Amino acid sequence: MPVRVQLDDFDASREIAALRAGDPRVGAVACFIGTVRDVNDDADVRSLTLEHYPGMTEAALQSIADEARARFDIYDVLVVHRVGELRPTDQIVLVAVTSAHRGEAFDACRFVMDYLKTRAPFWKKERTPSGERWVEARASDDDAAARWRDDASEPR
Amino acid sequence: MRDHAPVTVRLVYLARLREALGAPGESVALAGEATVSALLESLRSRGGAFASELASGRPVRIAVNHAVAADSTPLRDGDEVALFPPVTGG
Repeated sequence: MPVRVQLDDFDASREIAALRAGDPRVGAVACFIGTVRDVNDDADVRSLTLEHYPGMTEAALQSIADEARARFDIYDVLVVHRVGELRPTDQIVLVAVTSAHRGEAFDACRFVMDYLKTRAPFWKKERTPSGERWVEARASDDDAAARWRDDASEPR
Repeated sequence: MRDHAPVTVRLVYLARLREALGAPGESVALAGEATVSALLESLRSRGGAFASELASGRPVRIAVNHAVAADSTPLRDGDEVALFPPVTGG
């Protein structure tokens, strides 16, 4: 269950190949990639700086991956999250999940992202034409994470 | 821990809070009760940005030694206490 925080970009196909290498049990790989948009809250985003809390961030990601393994019938989870300065179209985060079948892989992938958004210590600062601003947390992200509280397999 | 032993914790301010408070962190010695809420009260009593940013009702998250903490979480000598805004990664 590797989790990594890095400045460098990632190559999703290479990461997925490594995740499922030599594992014939795998019949499904679900993958999510988050990227930098050029518009957020009606402002042009020129660039984004991502900050984390070294030590706690990795531990939080590991804990989310562990929880996904406990909740879903999956084989492995990979989380790669970038920090530093990013520009529109850049990749931010990769989550990949291997499983025997697609349903558990899709669900676990979504679960990991929903929890990452609300529990992993990362912060975004946007540079827009009118200056810099810290991105505010969204209530919709809390709602997305909360959906997993009562039901272990499906959101809502 | 001995009774009345001084408790010194290392504070880490992250993201918007680091900018608002004007420092990446500091060491703070606590006299008396050593809990997260006592620490926050002592920081607020400095006034200025500390009072406004850490006012009750503001969305401030606390972690003690990298684990999410509550107001009642006890603090021990040498703990690392991080203060940060709600997270916005992904």
